[in-house]
Amino acid sequence: MADQKPFPLNAWYAAAWCHEIRHELAARTICGKDVVLYRKSTGEVAALEDACWHRLLPLSLGRLQGDEVVCGYHGLVFNADGRCTYMPAQKTINPSACVRAFPAAEKHRLVWLWPGDPALADPALIPDFHWNDGTEWVGEGGTFYSLQCDYRLVIDNLMDLTHETYVHAGSIGDEAITSAPFEVTHTGRTATVTRWMIDIEPPPFWKKQLGREGHVDRWQLIYFQAPSTVVGDVGVALTGTGAPKGDRSQGVNGAFLAAITPESETSCHYFWNFVRTFRRDDEQLTRDIQRAHVNDGKGVYDQDHAVLEAQQKALLRHPRLPFYNLNIDAGALWARRLIDGMLAREGAPRPPRVEAAE
Amino acid sequence: MPAAPDWRRARIAATQDLTPDIRLLAVEPEGAFVAPTPGSHIQVGVQVEERADTRSYSVVDAGRDGLYRIAVKRLPTSRGGSRYMWSLAAGARLTVSAPANHFELALGRSHYTLVAGGIGITPIRSMALALAEAGADLRLIYAARTRADLAFADELSTLLGERLQLVVSEEGERIDLDATVATMPACGELYLCGPIGLIEAGKRVWAKAGRPAASLRFETFGSSGRYATLPFTVRIPRLGLEIPVPENRTMLDAMEDAGVAMIHDCRRGECGLCAVHILDAAGPVDHRDVFFSDEEKAANAKLCTCVSRLPGGVLTIDTADRAA
Repeated sequence: MADQKPFPLNAWYAAAWCHEIRHELAARTICGKDVVLYRKSTGEVAALEDACWHRLLPLSLGRLQGDEVVCGYHGLVFNADGRCTYMPAQKTINPSACVRAFPAAEKHRLVWLWPGDPALADPALIPDFHWNDGTEWVGEGGTFYSLQCDYRLVIDNLMDLTHETYVHAGSIGDEAITSAPFEVTHTGRTATVTRWMIDIEPPPFWKKQLGREGHVDRWQLIYFQAPSTVVGDVGVALTGTGAPKGDRSQGVNGAFLAAITPESETSCHYFWNFVRTFRRDDEQLTRDIQRAHVNDGKGVYDQDHAVLEAQQKALLRHPRLPFYNLNIDAGALWARRLIDGMLAREGAPRPPRVEAAE
Repeated sequence: MPAAPDWRRARIAATQDLTPDIRLLAVEPEGAFVAPTPGSHIQVGVQVEERADTRSYSVVDAGRDGLYRIAVKRLPTSRGGSRYMWSLAAGARLTVSAPANHFELALGRSHYTLVAGGIGITPIRSMALALAEAGADLRLIYAARTRADLAFADELSTLLGERLQLVVSEEGERIDLDATVATMPACGELYLCGPIGLIEAGKRVWAKAGRPAASLRFETFGSSGRYATLPFTVRIPRLGLEIPVPENRTMLDAMEDAGVAMIHDCRRGECGLCAVHILDAAGPVDHRDVFFSDEEKAANAKLCTCVSRLPGGVLTIDTADRAA
């Protein structure tokens, strides 16, 4: 398609944390589509196009009446399927009056929205994000709404953790990351970067979490699911205790979680969490870890935030595309290849045609 | 205002006569192909006598091969669009819009009953194909005047088997809407396309059964009424005008041609903007819109000029062309 955007539409994208969607109207822009979300009295989440059929006023400026949305301009009412159920000053309702209803589903503590062809919206395609369920792994994350960068820049960032050495020096950064070999593998929908740093001095954050002296084996197993979720299984264990072979009992294990949702071509919503399997009942630790990530500009994700937005500005000022890639970008490039594949399938020009004998 | 249609050049890839007066046209557009969703239509630029005009035709399938298939009924009393469409042979050039949808099919419902009357089968066919493919619980009731008029009947029968009910009025059969609605599950949706009488009856039965109004979906082409399409005369005493409305023109077009200032939007009898006051009618007013309620139509105080007519004679009206 000539006007195809750089994000697939036939995919589930995180639109909100479940707890954010209550029986009230909440506006989001997902893949360039303005959406109004609310929770029905049945508990299900409804997602409608955020523009009245009549005069396009955002429905999110209106109000809920039961499980229906009343436009704040002329009072047209739309049900959770997007169908108009009331029009002022007439006895009938235009049969074609409706706003688009988007498939929405809740899983892994997030509300997922499908901005593309509803016929293809299979809930089984929701990314595996079970680390966020709050059961086996614990942690409290957040969202950078309207992060001012192309969602793919966040994926690049997470798929190559050598940046930790420079962006996050003093916490999780370490020279060892830049010298350890890594392996990149992929399937039709996933890409994985595997990096083991054997027998190293642990960086400050991990040294503190481990609470034990000595060298460690550190791992970063980064798992991308197209189009835009990334899960990084990370941790350290005392060297020689068998972590590379699968025994992590003498270590501490965390996972960074990222569901990245395009808002526009140059902005995105970044749903993040950092979860762990150690000291799971330690709520103070949960708060500390959250603050280590986002803390009024001083957390590690605040550091990424600044870099990503500056990078997007630079991209717009220097349209020298494509930018150059290095060996370290292999994971990001596989991720982008998978996204490009989805885009190609969506934007496929008309299928080859057999002249039918009609 | 509705978005301006995205016009593109196209050619007729093939034609096929489905019935003595329904012809299938496969239209191949140039440029990027926008796939039609079930219930959608394309607009086609037509030549009627010396005038360029547009007509809307429902797309009958998902166009997976990059073609828009439309089925056009040749109407002796039409406004001239069908005559033009029937003049097009394979290879002919024409102009079409990208698909738009005023009759959207919602997915994931527990049951669907589709009812088509006559050429109303066109959007219903695209819905039946999509629902059958999705494995939905559906039933299709399809009525026509004679058995020979039932376009697509054989293939629909193969596809749907027992789920298809054909109704031939010439053989004394009628769609039993009461029974149809009564046998639908509570959460079922009814999709209805056909002449205005069928739509009105459907709305009445639906309301009487206490079903939620939003679960009845319908589309009418604004081209069929209770009476024959005949020329008539519009008289506007205040403006001193007497305007002939030929059988192939709408009252709205004829009035605009005569210089009467009119506002309008949908041009298919939905929005009510083109309605005028009736002062006197020489015969029954043929209300073909879905804007007015049954009661309003019976009161005959106003009519929608884009679709409604008089079956001959003189219709005396007043327009908005006055100070207050």
